[in-house]
Amino acid sequence: MSNLTNKKIPSGLDPWNALRVHTDARIGLGRVGDGLPTERLLEFQMAHARARDSVHMAFEAGSVRAQLDGLDRPILDVHSAAPDRPTYLQRPDLGRLLDDESTATLGKHAGDYDVAFILADGLSARATHDHATNTLSLILDQLGESWSVAPVTLATQSRVGLGDEIGAALGAKLTVMLIGERPGLSSADSLGCYLTWGPKRGRSNADRNCVSNIRPAGLSPEKAAKKIAYLMTESRKMGLSGVALKDNSSNPDLIEG
Amino acid sequence: MQTGAPFSFERFTFPDLKTLLAKASPLRSGDVLAGLAASSDEERVAARFVLADVPLKRFLSEVLVPYEDDDVTRMIIDDHDADAFAPVSSLTVGEFRNWLLGDDATPEALKHLAPGLTPEMVAAVSKLMRNQDLIAVAKKCHVVTAFRNTIGLPGHLSVRLQPNHPTDDPAGVAASILDGLMHGSGDAVIGINPATDSPEAMIELLKLIDEVRERIDIPTQSCVLAHVTTAIDVMARNAPVDLVFQSIAGTQKANESFGINLAMLAEAEDAAKGLKRGTVGDNVMYFETGQGAALSADAHEGIDQQTVEARAYAVARKYSPLLVNTVVGFIGPEYLFDGKQITRAGLEDHFCGKLLGVPMGCDVCYTNHAEADQDDMDNLLTLLGVAGCNFVIGVPGADDIMLNYQSTSFHDAMYLRSVLGLQPAPEFAAWLRKMEILDQNGRTRPQLDGQAAQNLLAWSGAA
Repeated sequence: MSNLTNKKIPSGLDPWNALRVHTDARIGLGRVGDGLPTERLLEFQMAHARARDSVHMAFEAGSVRAQLDGLDRPILDVHSAAPDRPTYLQRPDLGRLLDDESTATLGKHAGDYDVAFILADGLSARATHDHATNTLSLILDQLGESWSVAPVTLATQSRVGLGDEIGAALGAKLTVMLIGERPGLSSADSLGCYLTWGPKRGRSNADRNCVSNIRPAGLSPEKAAKKIAYLMTESRKMGLSGVALKDNSSNPDLIEG
Repeated sequence: MQTGAPFSFERFTFPDLKTLLAKASPLRSGDVLAGLAASSDEERVAARFVLADVPLKRFLSEVLVPYEDDDVTRMIIDDHDADAFAPVSSLTVGEFRNWLLGDDATPEALKHLAPGLTPEMVAAVSKLMRNQDLIAVAKKCHVVTAFRNTIGLPGHLSVRLQPNHPTDDPAGVAASILDGLMHGSGDAVIGINPATDSPEAMIELLKLIDEVRERIDIPTQSCVLAHVTTAIDVMARNAPVDLVFQSIAGTQKANESFGINLAMLAEAEDAAKGLKRGTVGDNVMYFETGQGAALSADAHEGIDQQTVEARAYAVARKYSPLLVNTVVGFIGPEYLFDGKQITRAGLEDHFCGKLLGVPMGCDVCYTNHAEADQDDMDNLLTLLGVAGCNFVIGVPGADDIMLNYQSTSFHDAMYLRSVLGLQPAPEFAAWLRKMEILDQNGRTRPQLDGQAAQNLLAWSGAA
């Protein structure tokens, strides 16, 4: 194993760097004394910078609205009771409540809908900018005609729980929220999807189903849309969501059928 | 229960002990979120003046959650050791701070005092202490535990090797274990957070670690951080369980939200001890805690987050753990907003745990939505090293790709050992020398041409 000696390894990497094929973990980084080689140090800082920028990036509801033009559906803008990002980060309770203007807006569009889709910034506006509209149109492609769909809501400074207020205000039986997840160091653009049957204030996470890590390098929007459409269909059939609703969508017969 | 007149200082009044503790606590976002924080800096210091005059004895008669409603309160009161408490029983909180910093508070005296202290007393005195006080006193508290090696000896620093993988892939986990061992990490425990909490997944991962441990004779212990009920299940199936893990908190309600009660912890400790897998000791439990856990479960009972965290250490103490880990920055900025708050909380937790006689380590960590970065982690890591922290966490490159947060790395642990002259657990250090990973100066400089390293690399390639 002469290839495992320090001399033959480029740029200070450890010889077991080859094992990185088995994991995305930052192994085999090499070492300068007890510290990290400069290149590895800067790689980490770049990943952290991207993740932080995703958290603090302003949600551009206007550009998301433009992306949705082709769907030819009514679109509403709403805002949580958290006025700005610093408040949003420290007061998750406010991120779950609508501001007064938004409550009024939704009231004007109240109806009797099977489902309300919500595109929300959450903790990564970047994820929503990059993947939410694509994922939404893929879900709609899967659904067929039997669903009455509420106006699509674009939610700013939003936590997952805001979907309960939105769904209740619109009169939707089910909400499907696409929301930016807390960025990991190597996944700044990860989108999450939460399904909640019977949305109303006070729902807990146990009442929801979650499809996580939606991004090209994680769960692709195509696969995610199939999973979500499957869960929506089952949720409507059973009249519930949450722990009692199991995701059997990896069984292809269930999805295609 | 004693209910005295409201506490007051100048124009400030505080209706009860619980409120007084909360208002005296250094500012943090979680107490603001809970509506418990002081409304001004002046009110905060006024509360400290009042708290300094509260007799320690009062914490035994005025409990923060009613005795009849909360099994953690019952444990604190019922297990209190009055004889151990005697040396400080006549002191106020302020006098207790002076005593702790004084020369009478020797390591031996502090060790004997621990069973006489309640978490509320310890939390109270911490609120009157600066960071340097927290460090100075914690350094005098030596809490030594053992299983296959000895952890917490003065002058030593152990590391939990945390080889997490998003799908528990055996080759991926093995690659990270190898990386950690080559950097001298893994003496606290090789501990995996499983992606799936199931008996089958747990057994598979336990076997993976156990195989390498036996094959190259590593004097350390393994843990798969599944729920305590899963561990009880797999122990009944003769799985190779060294340590039983559980997240714990400081109220009965919060523990219920974790799906546990105290009887389960006792059952797990008995079962793991019964396996007799330890060689130099029989501390078989590994607990994790963190400020904000009780509030996030809406189970904080109106107690500030630092005090309710200290109550979790009373839970831990009951079951003689090998390791207790405060995962200090994991929970997010709504509880600890920035590097300053995370640093303070890490030092408080370490101090409170050690003073209560708990073998404290710390996951020095942060999330990407907190106002913190690696410089903040360097600072807290170094301070905890000075304070004599039993162990820290080692994750490849500080990036946990399963739990999506940043902890400390194997490199960070090498740095800390190097700048402070700290050694790995003695049994593990001897093994690292045998493997030619530690050199004659105690530095981590693996000799990759040696037979020992080749064996290790061959194992990881095969796994």
